Amino acid sequence: MTNQYEVVIGLEVHVELKTQTKLFCGCANGFGQDPNSQTCPVCLGMPGVLPVLNGEAVALATRAALALHCTVNSYSKFDRKQYFYPDLPKAYQISQYDQPLAENGHVTIHTAAGKRNIGIERIHMEEDAGKLNHLGQRLGDAEGSLVDLNRAGVPLIEIVSRPEMHSPEEARQYLVELRTILSYLDISDLRMEEGSMRCDANVSLRPLDFTGSLADLPRVEIKNVNSFRNVQRGIEFEINRQRQMLQTGQRIIKETRGFDDASGSTYSQRSKEEANDYRYFPEPDLPPLVLTEKWLKEQREALPQLPDELRQSLAERGVAERDAEVLVQDVNLYHYWSQVVALVSDARLVTNWLLSDYSRLMNANNLSFAEPKVSAHGLASLLSLITAGTLSGKMAKEVLETMFDTGETAEAVVKRLGLSQITDHNAIKEIVSAVVAANPAVVQDFVSGKEKALTFLVGQVMKQTKGQAKPDLVNALLREVLATYA
Amino acid sequence: MNLTEKEVRHVARLARLAISSVELSEATQALGRVLDYIDLLNELDTDAVPPTTHVEAIETVWRQDRVVPSLSPEEATANGPQVSSQMFVVPKILDGGEG
Ligand SMILES: [Zn+2]
Repeated sequence: MTNQYEVVIGLEVHVELKTQTKLFCGCANGFGQDPNSQTCPVCLGMPGVLPVLNGEAVALATRAALALHCTVNSYSKFDRKQYFYPDLPKAYQISQYDQPLAENGHVTIHTAAGKRNIGIERIHMEEDAGKLNHLGQRLGDAEGSLVDLNRAGVPLIEIVSRPEMHSPEEARQYLVELRTILSYLDISDLRMEEGSMRCDANVSLRPLDFTGSLADLPRVEIKNVNSFRNVQRGIEFEINRQRQMLQTGQRIIKETRGFDDASGSTYSQRSKEEANDYRYFPEPDLPPLVLTEKWLKEQREALPQLPDELRQSLAERGVAERDAEVLVQDVNLYHYWSQVVALVSDARLVTNWLLSDYSRLMNANNLSFAEPKVSAHGLASLLSLITAGTLSGKMAKEVLETMFDTGETAEAVVKRLGLSQITDHNAIKEIVSAVVAANPAVVQDFVSGKEKALTFLVGQVMKQTKGQAKPDLVNALLREVLATYA
Repeated sequence: MNLTEKEVRHVARLARLAISSVELSEATQALGRVLDYIDLLNELDTDAVPPTTHVEAIETVWRQDRVVPSLSPEEATANGPQVSSQMFVVPKILDGGEG
């Protein structure tokens, strides 16, 4: 018996698709509506109704599959997964079992050891269940539950990874990259806190001298954790728990465990051994789904540029890798960035301003780039004032803050505060000449070799221009005028 | 096909059916006869026949993603034995969720 184990992690991610209607009926697919206000006989599971597949849901699911490098099956079918639970009115969920929509994809993660592909075993479509509002504190204490079926029938895709992650950090990276890729497809809200993205983690420890099949290892499934951070914490806890059990000679049981946020621990929900008998069989009410080459080609052509492509083009535009990563991981920020760059074209200048001052203001005000406070046009015109030399960096910062607070344009703020940097040669030269004429003693000092005297003269010019002259220009012009005194 | 009472009890449990011991032995025999018939079908050589999951020769029926009016919450919950705040009230749940 060895004390050495390899951690084996597989993730199942459910993503709600952002369609107008549910998967098999025309009820609206909306979050946060009045309880049971978006239901009909189909999604209530009344007898005698007929589900009809939502074509748009198939399109969104297919785009996800293509973006994740899967093979999309031209033939797939739906199956019934039977189990009893109050959030499932039909007592079966329509899902896809042995012939899913797509298979064999991957997500690339970047580890210390370099790039690595984490395999995706399959992506299938299924309907979501309703929502239970428990009356008690925790599931087990509840005296009763209230059932809201607005969510019942909302289209989901389930993305099943291969058990190819070996640390909580790798699992986190997989999730971050998966979410980033999906965010560019605009197929889901991807909000873990609202349940539009959900994650279950399968964790097992493989003794290094174990040579059997991974499927034979007792696997613990951590269900429905509500944030990436908690997925990581849950896996960490589970690894330690299982390791301790194995080291003290205990047997690990295949089971489902919940995650308790407050204590950071997992707790047993129920032994899985028998409950897994779902008795799948083909859904007789839905004909097989056959996708034509032509239709698949249309979906492929509808794909936007994806994160890996964007990283490469950002690198080509001189954006540092770390900055590029920040941009790419927030699709709204990236779109904003591209709009500003289209107007200003200096990618590095835009990146610097966006990731430092602008992001700081956005974060301080708890805002998302989905609704930027200053429009892309607004920021672009501010940055143009910097490149034109009208504003110094320091001035621009002040202007941006004002724009942020008042919603004024950059030009309006500059005008109102009288901020523009004087770059007009002749205007400055006039002031320079006047300052030189007014300070003959200092000029004499400079001429006789006291370099420091120049600082005083620069100061005088800046004072007369209220700090709006470009310092390097003032310097150059002063030297030019003083040269005539030598 | 030898169907055991234990298997029938398991299937009954999955279907949430309470069956008496008399019913259990009757069901074991009746279901056994169904499986015997399946065994008979299994004698056919179907190696060259692709599996059929649907008897009708239609495929890919889908609809436009267009919202149609839903029921009112009152209509939706009209059949609920107990309703509170527009929601169905169900008894305490002992098992974990699924899905
Ligand atoms: Zn409906």
